[in-house]
Amino acid sequence: MESGFLEFVYDFYKSMKAHEIKLVYEGRVTHQITKAFIALTEAQMSENEEAASVQRKVFHVMVECLQNISRHADEYESGESLYAGKGIFMVSQTDETWCVTTGNAIFNEKVKDLREMIEQINELNEEDLKDLYVKQMRVGRLSAKGGAGLGFIDIRRKTKRKLEYHFLPITDSVSFFLLTTFIPRIL
Amino acid sequence: METLKIKSTEDSPRILLDKESNILEISGRSLPEDVNTFYEPALSWIEEYAKNPLDITVFNFKLTYFNTASSKVILDILTQFEEMIEEGHNVLVRWHYLEEDEDMMDAGEEYSEMVDVPFEMVSYLNP
Repeated sequence: MESGFLEFVYDFYKSMKAHEIKLVYEGRVTHQITKAFIALTEAQMSENEEAASVQRKVFHVMVECLQNISRHADEYESGESLYAGKGIFMVSQTDETWCVTTGNAIFNEKVKDLREMIEQINELNEEDLKDLYVKQMRVGRLSAKGGAGLGFIDIRRKTKRKLEYHFLPITDSVSFFLLTTFIPRIL
Repeated sequence: METLKIKSTEDSPRILLDKESNILEISGRSLPEDVNTFYEPALSWIEEYAKNPLDITVFNFKLTYFNTASSKVILDILTQFEEMIEEGHNVLVRWHYLEEDEDMMDAGEEYSEMVDVPFEMVSYLNP
């Protein structure tokens, strides 16, 4: 075993505890994985007697975030283990809020459009978000890949908060796309 | 007309389309891996049913959750009802939602604005 590995595991454990991370996963997101994660988180939430409305929102956000990775993450293989694979998925929880974070590689040529789409969604008010959702839903009925951004619009509408995102350049052709969603708890 | 009955799973709703007993219902949770494949039998059944429907068609949606991919298919189903109405048939959609679930109530109201189909909103209490 690599020297220092056990120390790393302990540091990793402490770090997870410090950030109150309930679930972290790196790799390919399949439908089986999605089902397992929502079942796990639901079990944790009902054990903690989380408010039903909060449970529903966390559920919504998790499903759409996982779907985003499984459908839109670009392949990126490199020596950097952090980025090799399909994406990272993380759920954390503090006294005040639940937090769902995803990260995945994306080709730089797509960054501009994605950023513009998220910015547009962030600027819209509730009524306009509804109109955009309806419009994208109708478009999506015509093509399998259509309806771009339905998940983002849904997250924005369900949480009533702006989407928090970041792009980190990895190489000349690839960036790492991070999206964090907060769901306030009812105290 | 043959009854279509699909049992619910952890990620897909129960579907019961029974013309004889006058029960048309989709209930539960909807986030199947492939929405188009999952809903294809229901869409086909409704298409066939629309050729010779009951005098009054009452269709019940009793969903507890649906993902954005499923939201498109729900619109497809409602569009089929819209076409039936255009052909002179009588259709009513009953949209059931858990009383405290505002998002599900809003979703029903939004659909009712999107299609020319009468909606009845029905709230129920946690079982």
